[in-house]
Amino acid sequence: MTTGGSRLDPWVDSYASRANAMRASEIRALFAVASRPEVVSLAGGMPYVQALPIDMLTATAERLLVERGATALQYGSGQGDVTLREQILEVIGEVGVVAHPDDIVVTTGSQMALDLVTRVFCDPGDVVLVEAPSYVGALGVFRAYECEIVHVAMDDEGLVPAALSEAITTVRAAGKRIKLIYTIPSFHNPAGVTQGPARRSEILAIAQSAGIALLEDDPYGLLGFEGEPPRAIRADDADGVIYLGSFSKTIAAGLRVGWAVAPHGVREKLVLAAEAAVLCPSNYAQLTVSEYLATQPWREQIKTFQEVYRERRDALLESLQALMPDGTTWTIPAGGFYSWLTLPEGLDATAMLPRAVANLVAYVPGTGFYADGDGRQNLRLSYCYPEPDRIREGVRRLAAVIETELELVHTFGTAHGLAPVTGTSVPAPDLL
Amino acid sequence: MHVLVLSGGLSAERDVSLRSGRRVAEALRTDQPGWEVAEHDVDGLLLDRLRQHRPDCIVPLLHGAAGEDGALRDVLESLGIPFVGSGAAASRLAFDKPVAKELAVQAGLSTPPCVAMPQSTFRELGAPAVLDAVVEQLGLPLVVKPTRGGSSLGTAIVHTAEELPAAMVGAFAYGDVVLMERYVSGTEVAIGVFERDDDLLALSGVEIVPPGELYDYAARYTAGTTEFFCPARLSDETAERAQAVALNVHLLLGLRDWSRTDLIVDAEGVPWFLEVNVAPGMTETSLFPQALGAAEESLGALTAELVTAAVSRSS
Repeated sequence: MTTGGSRLDPWVDSYASRANAMRASEIRALFAVASRPEVVSLAGGMPYVQALPIDMLTATAERLLVERGATALQYGSGQGDVTLREQILEVIGEVGVVAHPDDIVVTTGSQMALDLVTRVFCDPGDVVLVEAPSYVGALGVFRAYECEIVHVAMDDEGLVPAALSEAITTVRAAGKRIKLIYTIPSFHNPAGVTQGPARRSEILAIAQSAGIALLEDDPYGLLGFEGEPPRAIRADDADGVIYLGSFSKTIAAGLRVGWAVAPHGVREKLVLAAEAAVLCPSNYAQLTVSEYLATQPWREQIKTFQEVYRERRDALLESLQALMPDGTTWTIPAGGFYSWLTLPEGLDATAMLPRAVANLVAYVPGTGFYADGDGRQNLRLSYCYPEPDRIREGVRRLAAVIETELELVHTFGTAHGLAPVTGTSVPAPDLL
Repeated sequence: MHVLVLSGGLSAERDVSLRSGRRVAEALRTDQPGWEVAEHDVDGLLLDRLRQHRPDCIVPLLHGAAGEDGALRDVLESLGIPFVGSGAAASRLAFDKPVAKELAVQAGLSTPPCVAMPQSTFRELGAPAVLDAVVEQLGLPLVVKPTRGGSSLGTAIVHTAEELPAAMVGAFAYGDVVLMERYVSGTEVAIGVFERDDDLLALSGVEIVPPGELYDYAARYTAGTTEFFCPARLSDETAERAQAVALNVHLLLGLRDWSRTDLIVDAEGVPWFLEVNVAPGMTETSLFPQALGAAEESLGALTAELVTAAVSRSS
């Protein structure tokens, strides 16, 4: 029998062109190794849910099923449970956002809100301005809707206003439409930096003046290590800003409950888009969150998370300071999960990853956070999941790998591999 | 019969290995519903598992270091647990590409000329001078790859001397010694070999037509990307010659049960031996299962046969 000319996939000629980039990736294969306990993974962004009071959550879930099981297990509203929306107002009040329950659309994680907003705003070819670097999950959504992604420079205080203005001018001069400015103002993923109040005002003014919707993604806003949570940009503009929030980091990522706060016209469309996508967010998950917020000391739990992450951030920064070779720099996060590291001149974080994994430490190469191939000299370090001692050990291993890589540059005059990077270069959400 | 399929491990091919393991385990369960077939990672829990619930036979499907280099098989041999596939010593020979190629040369087989060097050689003698000498000796283009490992990880085809340093960097990311091999243009063919009773049989060659020059990781594991022809589009005479090389390699390296030999067949019909795998990939897009399917052989039935053979040879 002959099986001539098989491609092992009968649908290969039927896929949309946007599926062309959905390919097996050797970088992603390396992350499979990172899930082994021998490896210190500073790669994934999994929240440390072990810090949750599991006993109380068990009681909450049980009470929910006993008392409101028929509702929790039924379809719900496309916009989300009204009681939960009222409770979300209390949560976003912590970052200065004042809104009405009708302004909120509950989503399956804020990732779904990102998808819905892009679906509602962007035609193929429309431009979305994003930070350089930007959240990989957002880049994935913008790519899926065939947007053109234009990166805008950041500094230690986040998105640079002058660069934003210049990008708007340049893109518009090229005859293209800018639909969204996407920003993570607090404890940025992956850059670890935070916009100060003045910076936020400048960015908002630029967006307002240009007539471009500002998409503010704020999953880490309540996870600061010092003082009050940063005031959201949305707190100062209810019409020009779409605000995304999430319980993934403040309660539990596995519940998949997030939300968008949007002006009336946008919100109407988001609800219809949500119904088309998933009918409604999970009622069970929403009511679990609602019950938790109503009966548990959630603000105290957020303080617990802050302490856990602060201790880990400190372990990371102290180790980096003690061990990293000259020429290595990193950002100092005041909250959230990540620090953004810049390797010494000439090094390539993507090319270095196999050696790092072989030496039992993993990180995410910077290229994953750019749509244009930039970021080769950078990598993202996550301190949210490993215990402090493991973080110290991971940094020790990473420092040794960087030293070896410097030797490679000395020997061959380059640290860049020849093969181009293809496919997804970030870990799957369930990998450490 | 209690069979334990081992997959995973710590190599860069962990993900591929896990998929191979799941596929073979499932095929075995389908073919032998009465057998107890379990899967296990190669980790710190394995030896305890083997002591507490000793299997009748193990099917190691580790790809890359520790799985294919003989180390794990050494452990299995010392524990006296029968396993499917080549022994530790033969696996060591096969896994080290320069060693396998040298043995092939001694047996009169064609293999592209090559040199293999550790990073220290370049550091001590100066990379530009060493690379110049290699290019002078072997010419261009060259294939650069780690001497140990698979799935084309760290492999590049180099057309100009200027590309060579970057290719070396890419290969050294996956191993401490790098092979630089003269590039032979032709038809890329993989030939599966297996033992049945006292016979050694070669499957039809699978011809690989990747979308680019290199059959790289994405081309290997993204269904729909690479086109395969089985049997390969070779004359009967050339196809037999290629199969003979695969059989010969299996024998001269002392391999056992199954193997897959990768070849390039040039325009004159000469099969050039590149490497041999003692734990062939068994994923949905892998070459050995494709060749089995073309021969109307079942992966589950063949694995079961080899399990039975492994158990009986140790008793």
